[in-house]
Amino acid sequence: MRIDQKIIENWIKPNARVLDLGCGDGSLLSHLTRTKNIRGYGLEISEQGILACVQKGINVLEQNLDGGLNNFADQSFDTVIMSQVLQTMHYPDKVLAEMMRVGREAIVTFPNFGHWRARWHLAVGGKMPVSDLLPYEWYNTPNIHFCTFKDFEVLCKQLNFQVIDRQVAAETAPGKWLHPLRPNLFGETAIYRIRG
Amino acid sequence: MPLTDSNSVGLVSPVKIRFSEPFTLACGHILPEYDLMIETYGTLNADKSNAVLICHALSGNQHAAGFYEGDEKPGWWDAYIGPGKAIDTTVFYVVAVNNIGGCHGSTGPTSINPNTGKPWGSDFPPLRVRDWVHTQAKLADHLGIQQWAAVVGGSLGGMQAMRWALEYPERLRHCVVIASAMQLTAQNIAFNQTAREAIMSDPEFKGGHYLSHNTLPESGLSVARMIGHITYLSDNGMGEKFGRELRSGSFEQGSDIPVEFQIESYLRYQGSKFSKAFDANTYILMTRALDYFDLAREYHGDPVEAFKHAQCDFAVMAFDSDWRFAPERSREIATALLHADKNVFYAEIESPYGHDAFLVPNQPRYEALFSSYMQKVASTCA
Repeated sequence: MRIDQKIIENWIKPNARVLDLGCGDGSLLSHLTRTKNIRGYGLEISEQGILACVQKGINVLEQNLDGGLNNFADQSFDTVIMSQVLQTMHYPDKVLAEMMRVGREAIVTFPNFGHWRARWHLAVGGKMPVSDLLPYEWYNTPNIHFCTFKDFEVLCKQLNFQVIDRQVAAETAPGKWLHPLRPNLFGETAIYRIRG
Repeated sequence: MPLTDSNSVGLVSPVKIRFSEPFTLACGHILPEYDLMIETYGTLNADKSNAVLICHALSGNQHAAGFYEGDEKPGWWDAYIGPGKAIDTTVFYVVAVNNIGGCHGSTGPTSINPNTGKPWGSDFPPLRVRDWVHTQAKLADHLGIQQWAAVVGGSLGGMQAMRWALEYPERLRHCVVIASAMQLTAQNIAFNQTAREAIMSDPEFKGGHYLSHNTLPESGLSVARMIGHITYLSDNGMGEKFGRELRSGSFEQGSDIPVEFQIESYLRYQGSKFSKAFDANTYILMTRALDYFDLAREYHGDPVEAFKHAQCDFAVMAFDSDWRFAPERSREIATALLHADKNVFYAEIESPYGHDAFLVPNQPRYEALFSSYMQKVASTCA
């Protein structure tokens, strides 16, 4: 279980109605169903992901998030989750707005592009960062809209969303110890809980 | 008999079941008695929990799998029903039925009208999807099946499966809806009406009483089938299969040999074959049932309210090249189910085969999803 998923679990109320955008193989929904007895639905476009959800018995709809959520009613979910997917969206701002319309609350996690290794790659190496965390080259990455913690908070402000909780995760040294001091520099993953 | 592979149900034969209790149709007419022609594959388990009902589409019938003695071609869904197939007959007891109004042995326009002693013809009362569902429920009673493990159908069959979930919520655990819709679009009704006009304008139609006149509206039914067939395929699929290939003639300068494209000859063959094997009144009646269907009509037109009455889980699949029952229609079903708080999966499968894709074998993603879901269904059978 990824560390960001542990934090998500703590923010989900028991028996909540949860929509997971880009739910992958359904493992987060499956975990939350076991631990929090949620009513979970996932949206996914990967064939393998959808098949894995069917095999696990997880509710999943094949839907491209870049097409919006206009088939979903306002406030029809307690929590809308988007875990490590925001940076792949064509219009992250529009997706966030849709999440706040469909859900009473949203949880968003994304890789921090302000992490010192990414900065080091670009500043010293002069090349787009490639790492274990972000293993793609610039020309084949699905991650087309990177942001830092600060960038994300600026966008939330512009959209009038209220950040009600923020957690930073870093699993490798030295960020593991240093991220509480300088999250935007040492945090690897951001986990935000926002309301409209 | 052709060589059958080990995953075929093999030789099968249909069984006719007589229901002697009067049956009141949705239109108010009463059938004093009626027959249903069925086929079954596999074995009903001790607690009768492994039964799967197959609902057929517009031109389907009870012959869903296996071979009739002497036939070269298997039943219409043989690719997905059999040992080790998506609907695994070593696990499930599969029941396939020819609906009333059909022309393969169940009571329909070719049956004798007890009031006149002549074939019903166009006097056969109009049918709605719910009439089929209610007669299928009588069949379940007859077979001692209190609850289906799953009701499965593509296209018009999917409409029956959904209606089952609303009419008899406690009598099915799973509902599998493939390439279907909660209601037809205007374009869809328009195609159906054009097909019906083709039949009715055939002089041999005789107002629907061709059997009493010893004629058959073959050319009209053939054109109707051709229209339907075009809409069941995709532009690309048709292009890949036939292109602009010629069957005869040439465009050479100085040659006046008539040109015939492969697609012309194919359509003519399909139309002609169908017109000899299918009843024109049944075609009219079944296309009308399609047109009339509106899942949520009696639920204030609200599919979410409608699906709240269901108790089963749902599988919904569509094909990207299907423009007759477009994926958008299936997405509407899936989204309504989600808002009604039902368990559902929805997949949009890439396929070049248009609406017919749900019948076509060797589509790995479709097979994997269908099989995986049916394995889930199997786990609910004792």
